[in-house]
Amino acid sequence: MSATDLSASPSAPARSRTVVASLRLLRSELRIIAGRRRNQAGILVLASVPVLIAVALKFSQPREGRGPDFISSATSNGIFVSLTALSIEIALFLPLAVAALAGDTIAGEANIGTLRYLLTVPVDRTRLLAVKFVSLVLGACFGVLVVAVTGVIVGGALFGLGPTTLLSGSQIGLADALARLALAVLYLSAGLAGLAAIGLFISTLTEQPIGAMIAITVVSTAMWILDGIPQLEWLQPWLLVHYWTAFSDAFRDPIFYEQMRQGLLVALGYVVVFVSLAWARFTQKDITS
Amino acid sequence: MTHAASAITTTGLTKLFGKQAAVDGIDLQVPYGAVYGFLGPNGSGKTTTIRMLLGLVHASAGEIEVLGEPIPGGLSRILPRVGSLVEGPAFHPYLSGRANLARLDAADRFADPSTSRTRIDAALERVDLLGAARKRYRAYSLGMRQRLAIAAALLTPRDLLVLDEPTNGLDPQGTREVRSLIASLTGEGATILVSSHLLSEVEQICSHLGILRQGRLVAQGTVDEVRSGSRAVAEVLTASPEEAATVLRGLGLADVTVTTTGVRAAPDGVDPERIVAALVGAGVGVRGFAVQSPSLEDLFVSLTGEGFDVSN
Ligand SMILES: Nc1ncnc2c1ncn2[C@@H]1O[C@H](COP(=O)(O)OP(=O)(O)OP(=O)(O)O)[C@@H](O)[C@H]1O
Ligand SMILES: [Mg+2]
Repeated sequence: MSATDLSASPSAPARSRTVVASLRLLRSELRIIAGRRRNQAGILVLASVPVLIAVALKFSQPREGRGPDFISSATSNGIFVSLTALSIEIALFLPLAVAALAGDTIAGEANIGTLRYLLTVPVDRTRLLAVKFVSLVLGACFGVLVVAVTGVIVGGALFGLGPTTLLSGSQIGLADALARLALAVLYLSAGLAGLAAIGLFISTLTEQPIGAMIAITVVSTAMWILDGIPQLEWLQPWLLVHYWTAFSDAFRDPIFYEQMRQGLLVALGYVVVFVSLAWARFTQKDITS
Repeated sequence: MTHAASAITTTGLTKLFGKQAAVDGIDLQVPYGAVYGFLGPNGSGKTTTIRMLLGLVHASAGEIEVLGEPIPGGLSRILPRVGSLVEGPAFHPYLSGRANLARLDAADRFADPSTSRTRIDAALERVDLLGAARKRYRAYSLGMRQRLAIAAALLTPRDLLVLDEPTNGLDPQGTREVRSLIASLTGEGATILVSSHLLSEVEQICSHLGILRQGRLVAQGTVDEVRSGSRAVAEVLTASPEEAATVLRGLGLADVTVTTTGVRAAPDGVDPERIVAALVGAGVGVRGFAVQSPSLEDLFVSLTGEGFDVSN
């Protein structure tokens, strides 16, 4: 049916009305996501990690040479609390958050039956999928932002926000450091958008949001595991998560873009492939819930 | 097969779930302005048919036309004019009734946001739910949920309402309200398809009936047409039913069945006078005799089967 919609080639006012209406639906969608207790609790969990890191570092003796590079730098500058928290949470907590939201998108609505009433409003299936995907990416972006901002606030309060010494030894000012952190946040959000696309597709396959959430978490965790096996080096450039840790390249001098550029391309590839799969599946699907 | 006079037309509509035909080649005709009672026992395929009409489920075979447009091709043009209730209410449990309606209204690209509030209030008012509008859906009783679902179908003016068991879970008061609601919607010019497994619930309000059994449409037409399609039944009250049955069979009556009080059979044009004379002539003591057209209820039971067998 979506094919017919496209071929109907709507006039310009009709198209702009569709855009305005989609923004209204997106706002409603975001309100539901933000209003859900589980999501509010999830945000608290995400925010607690940088707090725990900062407090732990504050009250423990400095030790050299263990953990990610910036853990040892964290006590010198609050920005590094953000980076440390991001590098820890990108492994599990942030993918888990995306998985939980993705499970709600289609599977969750199918599960409680609201999907059939949305579709008979009517919401065109393609439009619904697009709005769901955008809300998912915005949710992921918000999650990353919460971790980064909490890290800056708590890290700044405990360790100050003076000039930042980069991994390569040179120093940058606060504004530059915040800009680089924003770059890292956007880059990680793009990576999570790839996972969101996988999640959207899985969500169209089932009516069980918890099942979808587990499946998505399994996929992201499996990619991390494969990425850690040296014998699978040939496979790793194709793994979405392989490039995620490259966000810290934003804190090199000069910024090292090569890995991030590849990471963005791979994430884009995942988005194109899995959003297409989700579309093919969802527009053909019988809604029997 | 274009019937400009029909709000809903299907030809050979079929849905297979695996090998099972949930809906098996049905030809629905719902005229404009009709209140069409879509009847059938549990599992007969009512909801599946309704899902196909609304584009939720793809038909395995056959054609659908709703309000003059083919389905699924014309869905985006047709659905804004159709209010629907499919297999019971479904809403977000942690949102209030009003917030749930606002959500559906936000999804409607033809709905004017500036009138959203007044339209939602009017719909809630219409189903008598305004008092509980701020309550969370989770805390609603079954009947309140059903009312909210009906309110959702009435958010914007509709030309066609497809209501799947709208009185399910409602108290007698609520059932009456739904009936008068349907009457007032018809008065406004809407066509209504209302499904039910209870004839008694819809027979007072319907102008047309379609009766479904195991995915097949076994009767359809105006209420009178459906009723006239039924056979009269002759009932003999007697102490010696076996002898009476033999006599009736001898007269060529069909469907002769022995009951606890006598015999029942379909006279099929044999004069009642001849039947009584033959019985008396054969020495059968007749305590009572009557020929009756069955009630719509009996007809419904005879068409759809009796008892708790769920047709699969
Ligand atoms: N998703 C599905 N997969 C397999 N079979 C299904 C599915 N949905 C419905 N059926 C089958 O199709 C048949 C018709 O079901 P349907 O829900 O249309 O009946 P109904 O007339 O609405 O019944 P009720 O009065 O109980 O609501 C049933 O036998 C049912 O088991
Ligand atoms: Mg049903």
